[in-house]
Amino acid sequence: MAIIEARGLVRTYRSGTVRALDGLDLSVPEGTVKGLLGPNGAGKTTTVKVLNTLIRPDAGTATIDGIDVLARPQDVRRIIGASGQYAAVDENLTGLENLEMVGRLYRLGRKQARARAAELIEAFDLVEAGRRPVKGFSGGMRRRIDLACAIVINPRILFLDEPTTGLDPRSRLALWGIITDLVAGGTTVLLTTQYLEEADRLADHISVIDHGRVIAEGTADELKAQVGGHRLVVTVVAESDTAIARQVLTRVGHGPVHEGSSPRELEVPIDGGPQALQTVLSELSAARVELHDAGIRRPTLDDVFLTLTGRPAEDTETDTTEENR
Amino acid sequence: MSTAPSVRTTGTLTPVVPDGLPGLLADGWTITWRNLQRLRRSPDMILFAVLQPIMFVLLFSQVYGGSIHVAGTDYTDYMMAGIFGQTVVFGSTFSGSAMAQDLKEGIIDRFRTLPMSPAAVLIGRTNADLVLNCISMVIMMLTGALVGWRFHNGVPSMLAGVGLLLLFSYAFSWVTALLGMMVRTPETINNAAFMVLFPLTFISNAFVQPQNMPKILEVFANWNPVSALVQAARTLFGNVGTAPTGDTFTLQHPVITVLIGSVVMLLIFVPLCVARFKNTSSR
Ligand SMILES: Nc1ncnc2c1ncn2[C@@H]1O[C@H](COP(=O)(O)OP(=O)(O)OP(=O)(O)O)[C@@H](O)[C@H]1O
Ligand SMILES: [Mg+2]
Repeated sequence: MAIIEARGLVRTYRSGTVRALDGLDLSVPEGTVKGLLGPNGAGKTTTVKVLNTLIRPDAGTATIDGIDVLARPQDVRRIIGASGQYAAVDENLTGLENLEMVGRLYRLGRKQARARAAELIEAFDLVEAGRRPVKGFSGGMRRRIDLACAIVINPRILFLDEPTTGLDPRSRLALWGIITDLVAGGTTVLLTTQYLEEADRLADHISVIDHGRVIAEGTADELKAQVGGHRLVVTVVAESDTAIARQVLTRVGHGPVHEGSSPRELEVPIDGGPQALQTVLSELSAARVELHDAGIRRPTLDDVFLTLTGRPAEDTETDTTEENR
Repeated sequence: MSTAPSVRTTGTLTPVVPDGLPGLLADGWTITWRNLQRLRRSPDMILFAVLQPIMFVLLFSQVYGGSIHVAGTDYTDYMMAGIFGQTVVFGSTFSGSAMAQDLKEGIIDRFRTLPMSPAAVLIGRTNADLVLNCISMVIMMLTGALVGWRFHNGVPSMLAGVGLLLLFSYAFSWVTALLGMMVRTPETINNAAFMVLFPLTFISNAFVQPQNMPKILEVFANWNPVSALVQAARTLFGNVGTAPTGDTFTLQHPVITVLIGSVVMLLIFVPLCVARFKNTSSR
């Protein structure tokens, strides 16, 4: 049996009107990283909270390392580490004190808890800040303390809900390094993320969630293959030419034409590869459409996300930054 | 963050504290310690614990003392029990606002994913109120002594009075802790405390004698639990003198009333709090 197993999880809010989880199944083999992707409100956080014993589902079952999460939550807590979507730290304690407290509450005893706290503060590059109350920390620093709290015992199973949201690129890379090391040491990780690159880099398996269910599952490559072959992208010089370009792409491509990062950039899934590009180029040049750029690219997780959920992946910098106070 | 993490990512960190009672005590102490750190770092609480009692003792003894006369005893002796009662009752509301604050800040979610004893969060919280109230008691008694307050029934009885005040306030902390987890906003708890507890402490025998109030308020004051608490303390400190006492059971037998009341409060609210805590999540 997989180390994390969930079957038919249902969780409703507001007396049943919101179905945050609607029959969700999940299975994570030991020693692997599972990435949960999905648009805002898909049910990622709710899934994590059910598995890390914070909330009880209305229906369904879940086991962690064979332990029934609903029947024996306390035994589950002994072997997991968790970092929620919002940093859960004591504002009035220093970084070190927060970590020491968590170690003591894992029952490590004062000495072991202290030593571990000092070690983590260093690993997360918070040595100077570690002696000040968290109150004065930046969002990213607070986040790092929270993440450090989650790995105090080198847990066998680690839950990370949007761990790198709000971190600067350097801290993000460092955290990826720590996660990779933990996994190499045998830790199983369930992480949610808004950064598809992060899922691509870290996750062995990805589950795409929408409306409280898993709508697609597989490795990043499998998912990319599912959404079809290459994408053909052209950028026209004059905005007035987009209509003609759109017609050409519709004819040549196999699927809907999407607007790219600017209104003058259009893209469409194709079957043929280079031939399709040649066709498009000659037709556009016959129509005297001037191009900035044209080319073929392989599908990304963004395409997976867009195709499966009908929505582009969130731009997290705008509305889900870690800082909520 | 260094890109080459120096953290041990393998190897075991083994629990050394056994489950059961040792675990509960260790966790309770850890959370108490955590709350005391908070206390140490927020001057407003220290202000409340130290300055407010001093201010009340001085105001009532020096400003009102000259104008208010109570039958059967000296006013300074009379009102000190009132200030003790009022202060510890208000001191107990910190558990409510702090539990609400903890929920708001999300730290409760951290605690709830840890293998700690769930009761420890509440024990640690109410313990912190108890420490605060102990400090307040000492400050008030010293200030009271300065302005002429004396206890007249001997040291054991005086200590019993202090103990009873603290027991009641400890039990009441569990009540406010439950409220805090239910309303989840610290401001609401503070406002409610002000709106409910101020009238409650003033329409009582804390600072004046109920027989001089309008009839309806007198009846209220005589049945008011704060009156029973104050009367119990006043009795144990030997500050009643020949002052007339309301004829309700609660005022005729204040010590036993407060003792039983506190134990009943604990028996009801400790399990309620723990059950509530186990089912609460920050967001
Ligand atoms: N405490 C709550 N009360 C009411 N509704 C809730 C609560 N928590 C979650 N929901 C609802 O449940 C659904 C799933 O929420 P959830 O937080 O799991 O989504 P998510 O996938 O984590 O989204 P995001 O990417 O924004 O973090 C949403 O519709 C949300 O509004
Ligand atoms: Mg979420």
